[in-house]
Amino acid sequence: MTAVTPAPPSTAVHPAPVGAVPPGRPAGRSRLRTLAGFAFGAAVLFAVAPLVLSDFRLALLAKYLCVAMVAVGIGIAWGRGGMLTLGQGVFFGLGGYAMAMHLKLADAGPGGMPDFMQLYGQLDELPLWWRPFASPWFALPATVLLPMIVAFGLGSLVFRRRVRGAYFAILSQALAAAMVILLIGQQGTTGGTNGLTDIKGFFGYDLDDPVNQRMVYFVIAGTLLALLALTRQLIHSRYGELLVAVRDGEERVRFLGYDPASVKLVAYVVAAGMAGLAGALFVPAVGIISPALIGIVPSIEFVIGVAVGGRATLLGPVLGAVAVAWARTALSERFPGTWTYLQGLLFVVVVAFLPGGLASLWALARRRDVGARPVRRGWLSLGRRRAERTEVPAA
Amino acid sequence: MTVLFGQLFTGISIGAVLLLIALGLALTFGQMNVINMAHGEFIMAGAYTTYVLQQSITGAGLSLVVALPVAFVVAGTMGVLLEVLLIRRLYARPLDTLLVTWGVSLMLQQLARDVFGSPNVQTRAPELLTGNVALPGGLTIANNRLFILALALAAVAALTLALRLTPLGRRIRAVVQNRDLAAVSGIATSRVDRTTFFLGSGLAGLAGVALTLLGPIGPTMGTNLIIDAFLVVVVGGIGQLKGSVIVAFALGVLQATGEYLTTLSVAKVIVFVAIVAFLQWRPQGLFTLRTRSLA
Repeated sequence: MTAVTPAPPSTAVHPAPVGAVPPGRPAGRSRLRTLAGFAFGAAVLFAVAPLVLSDFRLALLAKYLCVAMVAVGIGIAWGRGGMLTLGQGVFFGLGGYAMAMHLKLADAGPGGMPDFMQLYGQLDELPLWWRPFASPWFALPATVLLPMIVAFGLGSLVFRRRVRGAYFAILSQALAAAMVILLIGQQGTTGGTNGLTDIKGFFGYDLDDPVNQRMVYFVIAGTLLALLALTRQLIHSRYGELLVAVRDGEERVRFLGYDPASVKLVAYVVAAGMAGLAGALFVPAVGIISPALIGIVPSIEFVIGVAVGGRATLLGPVLGAVAVAWARTALSERFPGTWTYLQGLLFVVVVAFLPGGLASLWALARRRDVGARPVRRGWLSLGRRRAERTEVPAA
Repeated sequence: MTVLFGQLFTGISIGAVLLLIALGLALTFGQMNVINMAHGEFIMAGAYTTYVLQQSITGAGLSLVVALPVAFVVAGTMGVLLEVLLIRRLYARPLDTLLVTWGVSLMLQQLARDVFGSPNVQTRAPELLTGNVALPGGLTIANNRLFILALALAAVAALTLALRLTPLGRRIRAVVQNRDLAAVSGIATSRVDRTTFFLGSGLAGLAGVALTLLGPIGPTMGTNLIIDAFLVVVVGGIGQLKGSVIVAFALGVLQATGEYLTTLSVAKVIVFVAIVAFLQWRPQGLFTLRTRSLA
């Protein structure tokens, strides 16, 4: 892929910084392996899982795959771009609420109001900002565009002023806190702590019907595969190289004539769009969206899956997110307290002692097998640790 | 006029709480660039220390007085343990420190749940602090709020004096300004780090004791406080205390005014927007420490 990079833009006559470019590899073989990987993934998700799993477990898997979509976005923003975003729940929530608002309005029928509004509010008619969501032509694009617009707004302000590293992480977390407080405070129009619940239909299909639940699962699995394909193209493109370069040496990239702020902004906005899409698909799969699903704690839990799987890899975040979500369900069913300890321990052990995530174990094992041959940086490449060292703000 | 002063005092007392919970962070975040998400749980530890002491010491006033130093030591010791066991290994990776300490905070929360139970517990406030002070003009100020304000100001004063006048303070300032040069000059920077962490975490313990006067205490109280505390430090600028002091009171007044004019939830959003806008103007915070270090 990198062998056929086009000429750099006129602003930059220098080549990309050394170290950002993965070592060359036979392009044809790599592409074949990727295709085989995708075929395998599709076979597992579309054929094996629906055959092996019960309806209940399949619905759970659908939920996990939504979390995995958020994780793919975090993998781009954090693993590749070095931006630790602790507020992905905001974008997940924007997508989810946009979708849930549309489905509630569709349930209520034309001119009707969602049930909870009559319950809490002394509202006589639908609030103005709810109205556009009655139309699927507005609501569906909004699930992705709304998060992207918010991310663009915050990102363009913050990255341009070179707020980064820990400062950015805390700001993104504060955004999640503000969003949750706002949602809970405006109970009459947002459903408050309960959120938007009891979503029955999905574009005319009854969500209680197991067949339709399967359909939702297939939509989610297909979307995840499509996002993975998109991400693979993105991280292997010239832009992907540039993003890693910004992560590892923002000042150097600036001196080479690029604008690191826009490079980071693109990654952040793409990650937000993915989280929004995930939120939108989460709603029909689970039937609820509420502040408890998008606040500070869930936002940081999105990150742990990414850290466990391997932040800088393509598949690591997906596998990590699904594994952590599965372990959570399996363990917290039986020992709720133990799971919290284990979750904390996962954070500590993985981040402190295995920063490359489980993917790095895999790479290590491979290196041992192959002996003297160097490890290739493929789609399960090791997350490198130089990233944050350059991000220490000049104090 | 009365309303104005009333709001002003509400703002100042919110600011005093913010200051108290952010002061320790200003120290640890400022010196070591370490994001300690478990700081909120150190506050919780201070609060539960008060609760435990009240089980054996019946006098509410006496238990509060005893709780202040004990909580300082308890939280400080937890901080030193955390520093020695984990944070020391992660100095080059501040973002990873954030995640690791978040993991620690999860475990501490669960520990509190297992030991004290998930429902919130209540402590008794001393008689002296339950009343109000009546001011001319029909204004009343709650005694516990005044106490917290006094405690926050005393903590700032003590910390400032310690940093200015003691040999330890001199070493801490040297390490903040230029770690390498301090090390070259014969300062054992890792020992200074550990002491700083003890002081910063101990201040969290003090904040915990003060918070028992304001409401019930529970395992998740730290999570709700930590973000506000970090925002204060980020906006105030790291490396010195005066930024955090000014910003804590400014955010408190802004929050109180916003709450008065709109609602609590809208006020929180206003504060967030104001912070983002402020960082457009001064991305490094209100006061920046100018050094020649190239870090």
